[in-house]
Amino acid sequence: MEEKAVSKFKVSSNPHIRSRVNTSAIMLSVIIALLPATGYGIYNFGLRALLIILISICSTVLTEFLFGLIIKKSTIADLSAVVTGLLLGLNMPVSVPLWMPALGGVFAILVVKCLFGGLGQNFMNPALAARCFLVISFSKYMTDFDCDAYTGATPLAMLKAGENVNIYNMVIGKIPGTIGETSMIAIIIGACFLILLGVIDLKVPGSYIVAFVIFIVIFGGRGFDPAYISAQLAGGGLMLGAFFMATDYVTRPVTPMGQIVFGIFLGVMTGIFRLFGPSAEGVSYSIILGNLLVPLIERFTKPTPFGPGKGGRHE
Amino acid sequence: MAKFSFVGGIHPYDGKDLSKDSPIEDAPCGKELVYPLSQHIGAPASPLVKKGDRVLSGQRIADAAGFVSSPIYASVSGTVKDIDKRRTVTGDMVMSIILENDGLYESVPFTKRETADNLTKEEVISIIKDAGIVGMGGAGFPTHVKLSPKEPDKIEYVIANCAECEPYLTSDYRRMLEEPEKLIGGLELIVSLFDNAHGILAVEDNKPDCIALLKKLIKDKPYLSVKPLRTKYPQGAERQLIYAATGRKINSKMLPADVGCIVNNVDTIVSIYRAVYEGRPLMERIITLTGDAVKKPQNYRVKIGTLYEDIVEYAGGFKETPEKIVCGGPMMGFAMYGLDVPTTKTSTALLAFTKDEVSASAPSPCINCGRCLEVCPGRVMPSKLADYAEHFDEEAFLQNNGMECCECGCCSFICPAKRPLTQEIKSMRKILLAKRKKG
Ligand code: SF4
Ligand code: SF4
Repeated sequence: MEEKAVSKFKVSSNPHIRSRVNTSAIMLSVIIALLPATGYGIYNFGLRALLIILISICSTVLTEFLFGLIIKKSTIADLSAVVTGLLLGLNMPVSVPLWMPALGGVFAILVVKCLFGGLGQNFMNPALAARCFLVISFSKYMTDFDCDAYTGATPLAMLKAGENVNIYNMVIGKIPGTIGETSMIAIIIGACFLILLGVIDLKVPGSYIVAFVIFIVIFGGRGFDPAYISAQLAGGGLMLGAFFMATDYVTRPVTPMGQIVFGIFLGVMTGIFRLFGPSAEGVSYSIILGNLLVPLIERFTKPTPFGPGKGGRHE
Repeated sequence: MAKFSFVGGIHPYDGKDLSKDSPIEDAPCGKELVYPLSQHIGAPASPLVKKGDRVLSGQRIADAAGFVSSPIYASVSGTVKDIDKRRTVTGDMVMSIILENDGLYESVPFTKRETADNLTKEEVISIIKDAGIVGMGGAGFPTHVKLSPKEPDKIEYVIANCAECEPYLTSDYRRMLEEPEKLIGGLELIVSLFDNAHGILAVEDNKPDCIALLKKLIKDKPYLSVKPLRTKYPQGAERQLIYAATGRKINSKMLPADVGCIVNNVDTIVSIYRAVYEGRPLMERIITLTGDAVKKPQNYRVKIGTLYEDIVEYAGGFKETPEKIVCGGPMMGFAMYGLDVPTTKTSTALLAFTKDEVSASAPSPCINCGRCLEVCPGRVMPSKLADYAEHFDEEAFLQNNGMECCECGCCSFICPAKRPLTQEIKSMRKILLAKRKKG
C-alpha cells in the first residue's frame, strides 16, 4: 500500500449518510410509551406510586452513573437506565417499603447489566431480573397487593379460586396489582405508539398472546370462554410483559423467525405457570426463562441469505 | 415473473431535487488531464504514447493488456507531459498518462454509421471493446467481456439499469429525459447480440416522467419493455435488480448470465450507441455535482480525465467549505482526500457535504434491535457479521454467509447505535476475497 495523503476533508468508509434514529431516541420513545400506564398507576394507587417510580429511576440512573465513573465511560445519555428504572417501578406493588425500589435498581443495573458488560451484553431483562430477585428474597412485600385503594385478592387469584371477576374493571385497570400492570387500555395505547413508530412490532407480543390464548383454551378447563380469556389477558402483568418487556431488544432473539418462536415459548410457559403453578402470575418468570434460551433460539433461526439455495435452484 | 422489488432496503432522504431539474451542461476541462491506466477491472492498460508526444482528441493513448482489460482514449488534444504515478479518488497512487491540454480540441475523424444491420455480432462486440467501454455505474468491468457469455443462446433478458437508486444522483434521470433514443438504440444493439433476448428498461417509480417517455418510445418495439420498480435503495444493485425485474435470484458466486440475464447501466448503454453509430470511443460521461455545499448543483458532461477541481471551479465553487466530499453516491461512494484527482470512466458523481453525518455520530454498543437484519438485502445478519469481523473470526464469518453481503451500506445507515457495520464486514470480505484468489 502506498502512503495516503493527509486530507483536509473527513474520510471514512461508505455509507456516508446515517439515519436520524439513534439509541437515545428509541429509549425516549419507550419512556413516552410507558407514560399512559405510569399516569394511570399514579391515578389508581396515589402519590406513593409516583414516589416509588422516582426512587427506582434515581437508583438505576445513579448506579449507572457511578459505575460509569469507575470505568470512565459515561453511558447515562442513552436513557436505557431510565427505561429500566421506570419498568422496575411499574413492576412493584405500591405498598412496598421505599428501600425496595432503591435496592432493586442497584441490582438491575449493577448485577444484571454492568457486570455483564453494559448495554447490549446482558442476557436477562434487568428490570425483570431485579423484580424476580426481589420476589424471591422478599416475597412477603412483593406479592402483597393490599393498599389504601384495594384489599383482597387479585383478579387472577380469584379466577384461580374459581370466582368471577369484573372484566370491565380489569380492562380499565381498577384492580389491585403492581403499579403499572393493571390498565390494559393504558398499556395498549403506549404499545400502539411504539408500533406506529416502528420501535417494536407484533412478532413477539402477537405470538406470545396468541399462543397463550390457545393454551388456556385447550387446558384452562373453560373452553372458549371470552370472559375468562379476557380476564386472563388483562391480569397479572401479561400486557405489560408482552409489549414492554418481552420486546426488549437486548434480551429477545434478533432473528425474525426466532422472535416468533420466542413469543410462542413465552405464551406456553405463562399458561403452564398460571394453570399449574402455585401462584397466579408467571409472566416475569416466563420471560426470564425465555431470555436464557435466546442464544439457542437464534442459532436455529438464522435467516436464509438472498439467492438460490445450496443446490443452485431458483425459488 | 417480475417482483418489482426485493426484501429489505431503506428509504433515505434522496436529495435528488437539488439537481434533477437543470439540463446537462458541458463542463470545460482544465490545463491538465490525467488518465489512470487502471480505471477498469482487469489488467491495467499499456501506454501507446511517450513523454513529449502530441495527441489528438479521440486518439488511443493506451491499449488493452489482455482480454479482461480496456483501452484508453485522449479526450482533448495536447502533449503528453508525463507518465507517472498520480493520486486517484481512493487516495491510492496509480500509474497515469498526464496530458497538457493545448486548448485546440483537434480531433481525429469519427466515421458515422447509418445502420448497424450489416454488422455481425462479433463486429459489434469488437467495436465496443475497441471503444474502451466498461461498466460506468461504478464497477468498471469491461463491457465486451460481459457481452461475451459462454452460452449466448441462454441469455433471455438484457436489463438496462435505470433504477438510479443512490440518493442525490440524477445523471441517469437527465440522460433518460434528454437522450432517450440513444439509450433505447443502445439497448436494441445489445439485444440484437443474443438470439433469444428481450430488453428491459428497469426504472424506479420515482421517475414517472421517464417511465412515460420510454414507454411511448418503445411502443412499436415488442422486444423491449419498461418495468417500473418500487423506489427503494438498493433497487439498482445487480442482484436485487435482476430479482425485481425477472424474479430470478443469484448469489455472490454467480454471474447474471447464469440466470440468463445481462445488466448494463444507462451511461454504458449510451456509450455503446455512440461507439457503434457515431464511431466515437469512450471519452466523456455525465457526472452529478451536488450536495449542500455546492453553489450550483447540476449534471455536467465531462471529458474523462478532467480534474474534479476544474469542474468545481467551473460550477462556481463551494458555498461553504465542505467537511466531506464523496466520489459516487452517498451509500457506496468513496470519501475523497482532495479534489486534485481525475474523473475516470466510472465516476458517477461528486458530492460535497457541509456536515459529515458519520463523524457526527460516535458508535455505541449494539442494542440488538434487529434493524440491520431487517434492511439487509443480502438477508444476512450484519450485527453478528461485524462482531465476527472485529474478532477476525473467519470461520464464523463464512458460516454465517458473510460473503453474501453486497456492501450496499443499508445496515450502517439504519443502525441506531451508529456502528460502522458495512465497514467491518467490507474489510473482512476484502481479506477473504484476496485469500480466495490466491488459492
Ligand atoms: S450486510 Fe452487506 S448487504 Fe447487508 S445491509 Fe450491510 S452492507 Fe448491505
Ligand atoms: S442495527 Fe445496530 S444496534 Fe441494531 S442490531 Fe444491528 S448493529 Fe445492533
